[in-house]
Formats: sequence, structure tokens, C-alpha cells
Amino acid sequence: MENPYMPYPVRIDEIEIATEDKSLKTFKFVFLNKEDEEKFSYQAGQFAELSIPGVGEIPIGIASSPIEKGFVKFTVFRAGVVTSHLHNMKVGDIMGIRGPLGNWYPWDKLENKNVVIIGGGFAFTTLRSSIIYMLDPANRSKFKNIDVVYGARSPGMLLYREELYEWEKRDDINMHITVDGTDDPSWKYHTGFVPQVVEKNAPKADDDTYAIICGPPIMIKFTMPSLVELGYKEHQIIMSLENKMKCGIGMCGRCNIGKELVCKDGPVFTLEELNLTPKEY
Amino acid sequence: MKFITIDKKDWAKGIEKSRETYKLFGPVKEKNGFLIKSLDDDVQPDMNYQDSVMSPKSVVFPQSEKMLTTSLDDSQDGHHIMNRVDTDYSPKAVIGIRPYDAKAMQLVKLNFDTKDYRDPYWCDAYEATTFVGLGINKPGLYDFSTSAGSGPFEEEGLDVLLADMDDKYLAKIITDKGQAYVDSCGFGTDADEKESQVLLDVLKKEAEKNIASKINTDQLKSKTILDLHEAPFWDDVAFSCINCGTCTYVCPTCWCFDIQDETKNKKTTRFKNWDTCMSSLFTLHTTGHNPRDSKTQRVRQRFMHKLKYFVDKYDQGTMCVGCGRCVKSCPVNIDIREVCNMMNAYEKQAE
Repeated sequence: MENPYMPYPVRIDEIEIATEDKSLKTFKFVFLNKEDEEKFSYQAGQFAELSIPGVGEIPIGIASSPIEKGFVKFTVFRAGVVTSHLHNMKVGDIMGIRGPLGNWYPWDKLENKNVVIIGGGFAFTTLRSSIIYMLDPANRSKFKNIDVVYGARSPGMLLYREELYEWEKRDDINMHITVDGTDDPSWKYHTGFVPQVVEKNAPKADDDTYAIICGPPIMIKFTMPSLVELGYKEHQIIMSLENKMKCGIGMCGRCNIGKELVCKDGPVFTLEELNLTPKEY
Repeated sequence: MKFITIDKKDWAKGIEKSRETYKLFGPVKEKNGFLIKSLDDDVQPDMNYQDSVMSPKSVVFPQSEKMLTTSLDDSQDGHHIMNRVDTDYSPKAVIGIRPYDAKAMQLVKLNFDTKDYRDPYWCDAYEATTFVGLGINKPGLYDFSTSAGSGPFEEEGLDVLLADMDDKYLAKIITDKGQAYVDSCGFGTDADEKESQVLLDVLKKEAEKNIASKINTDQLKSKTILDLHEAPFWDDVAFSCINCGTCTYVCPTCWCFDIQDETKNKKTTRFKNWDTCMSSLFTLHTTGHNPRDSKTQRVRQRFMHKLKYFVDKYDQGTMCVGCGRCVKSCPVNIDIREVCNMMNAYEKQAE
């Protein structure tokens, strides 16, 4: 078995400012050793530790999709020591990536199902990975209807805007893009908070429909009643959690919720599973 | 199972001889009590100790350990690419480790050696180490090991078990690793197996009589995590706690750690350091949100981890071996025995 603390060396290949307030940047990394890319074979929903020697590590959801080859992408909010340092790094700089870590959205269980994706703010990274994965011609037929509700404060705060507008034009995915508010008269999508848009636009629940929800705690709190209103049961609501992490491999002991370790047994849990654990997240 | 006797007159010489192959660790008297430490060339293990203030976990899990290193100097080849630190994993032997501490190593192994990941630092050190245990003829006041899955002469996790018989040691060789160690000492006076086992059993029985306190753990499994988590007694349990973390540092099974980078002269090293769930920083998010913000939540986490989460996850008993160090060292007299018994007896009242 390999040393799970050893990061794969990567080079920053591209840095893109992701939001108008510049608080998020998308980093594209390429592996220095080709064989490491093979070893870093992941599923949509997993995360990795971005590892900057001399600074530290930070767990971030993988924003690229398993079907995108030759690179991996992460969209990172500037928040603490490691992410602030990362925001100041340049194309060509060498650092590390450790992973893939954690479980993923239950793609086996979601086959032949309708999937409703609900995201808010910058918690849209692994959801982007998931949408790209599901829309891939090799995979699209595995799923029935796909609905996406995604909201941000303003149009400029939406992540992956170009892709969102492209998906909006397709007929094999129902996009419900929303912003809290905008003074842009040409804005042609929804205005309003995610929970209301969910209640008005998301499909009603049946046995074949699952919701994946990822966003700030306040959005999750107010979206839950909307989903309950639409008839979703606890096992049909799939969530991805965050907690303070260090090792990412279930050993260092800080990210637990009850006996589950968010880094290894999660980060993806159903609401049914979460209701059996203390809410220590 | 093979037994040998070791005349105490030959003991020191044998231990000296084993240094040709092994780096030795053992009990050493310090200002504040005994510690299990690396034994300098002229130091013999002090086999007359009762217990050590700190557990011997640091032999395989140092309080601060170098993991990875690299250069941050862009002009150097391989800069910013981490490499494993060169650590010495030549054979080590811990002489005089107490049986409950060896059992604790086995429990900690469940965390560091899993089917998905292997922590190479802990596992390589563990595999390089031979545990030469010393049975406890007269258990101390705080020892409750017999009700915590261990006991004064338990063999689990040991390679050799020594029983102090005044002028000699009776040694039970439990594993090949243990045989290799006694061979390196030149110890080899075979003892009758049946007779020796009888002697050992008598000592064990006598020793166990000295253990007055016990924990009840039989009902822990049948409670739900949420019921115990929401039990009404946690504020009372935590009331006097000052979150000093002493209980976690002295504990032989507390395995939580932190990872930090340290840089000097453009050479950086990634360290693994003991951490404690008693610290609010342990779980503090960058946003300022903290899922275990209050000391009650943190105290509850420690006991729930040891006495419920671990029990449910591994089905190997509690993550407590009854050494009693946390009871003895706690500055405000929080007693895991009381907490455990309270948890074990707790019945949720109907609403």
C-alpha cells in the first residue's frame, strides 16, 4: 500500500477568476508524472487535499469530471491560510494533490432515476463534476430527467457561467438558474432564493426521483421544508458535508459525526443516515 | 507455549547483550514519576515501577513526528515535491511494558492499519517493535483493567510476558518476535510448561484480587448513539472540566493527531503531532463555525468516542483498557469509570 500522506506532485496549468468579487478562483492542475493521473482516478463527488509544501493542506471538492482527462480542476474560495496562499500562486508553480478522498454521489443507485441537483453559492463544484459526468453521451442514457436548481447572490457570483448558459439551451437537462437579485435588465433567468425556486420548479417526488443538495447551511436549512413539501423522503435526499479535516483518510479523528468520519465514510450521506448521527457539522 | 526462567543475576547482562540487535525502551524514573523512554547505553529498565505517568504509545506514535520533507528553493531539483523522511525502523524492544498498554497498541492499530489505508509511520514503527511485558503483581489503586478488556497478566499485544518471581522472572514466550528477543539476550533456561502456567495463573488470580474498581460496559452496545449523545448528564460531567487535554495525552488509546508544516532555511518538513479533542481548535472551521464549540460537546466527544462510537464501529469492546491514568492525572477529578457506568445504565425516559 502506498503512503497515503504523500501528495502527487502537480503543476498549476491555468488559473481563472471564477466570480466577479474575485474571492473564488478555478485552478487547473496537471500531474508531473503521467502515471499519477491514472492513480488519481476519481468519481464525481469526491474531494482531495490540495497540498502546499511549507503552508499546509486543504480539503476541496473536485470540480473537474471523471470524463475530463489530462488535468484536474478545483474551484477554491479564499478563506484561510492555505487558500489565501493558493490564490497568490502563479501558473507554473509546483505543489501537491492527495487523493481522491471520501465517497461519492451514489451513481449506481441513481441509474434509471430522475436526478434533481440543488446547489447554492460556491458549493457547486462537485455538482458541476456530476452534471458533466451525467451529460456525457456515454452516460446520459443511464439517467432519466435531470433538473438543476442553482442560485447565487448575483449573476457575477454564479460559478461556471458559460457552461450554465450552454446547459440551459439543451433539451436533455432542465436548468433553473436563479440569483437573489440583479439590476441587469437583460437577466433572463429566475430571481429569488433557492428554496422558493425549488418549491416552484423542482419535480415532485416519486420513488424514482432523488435530490442531491449542496450549499451553505442556511440554504440547506430552508430548502429541506421545500423538499418535504414536494414529497421527498429522507433516503431520497443526498447531501455532501464539510468539516474540519487534516488527514482525509479517517485517522486523525476530528471530522467525525458520531461514529462516521466525514472524510472517509462521507462526505456524501443521505438525510436518512444523517438523522442517525449527532449534528456535529 | 514456551516458558523460560531468567535468574535476576543474569538479567542485566542479557539486556545489555540484546542491545547488539535492538534499540531499547523501558521504565525510567524521572522527577514527576516513571516514563517509558529510550534507554541510554548505561541505563537499565527500572523494573520496580508501578506505572508510568505517560503511556508508552510514543514509542510507535511520537508526540511530534517528521513525515515528509522538501526544499522550497526553486533553484533545487525536485523543489516543492515531498519525500518521505528517512526514519530509523531497525528493531526496537519495549522492556517492562504493562499488559494494558500492549492491549492499547492493538486497539490503536485498528485506526492506523485499515483495509483502505495504512499509516506507514505508525505501522512501520509498530512492526519494528517487540513488546516484552511485565505482569502486574500488585495492581495500583486506579487500575480497572480487568473490566476493560485487559488485566494484570493479559497477553494480548505482547510478544513476551514476564512474571516477577522475586529472585527470577518467569517468561512466557508468546510470539516468534518474542523468541527472537529472548534469544538475543541469551536467555534460555527452559521451564516446564504446565507447571509454569499454573504458577502464572496463581499470580494472575492474586493480582486480580487487588483490583477493586470496575466499569460496566455490557449495555453500551444496545443503546443508540443519539440517545446517549442527548443524555441529560453531559453538562454535569463536563462542569468542572478545564479542557486541559491531560486525559488525552496520558491515554494509551488516544490517537488523534494534527498535521503541520514547519520551514527553516527553505527546507520544509511536514509533521504529525498529537492533538486533543479537548481543544476548540480541533474542530474549528475557517468560517468561524465550530461544531464542538462548548466544552460539554468536547467532553462528550471524548467519552462517546471511547465508549460508544468505537464500540459500535469495531465490535472489539471499548477504546479504554482500564489503565486509570486519566483518572489519576485529571486535575478536577473527572472519572471515566463513573461516566462509563452512567452511560451503561442510562435509559432514555419516555417523552
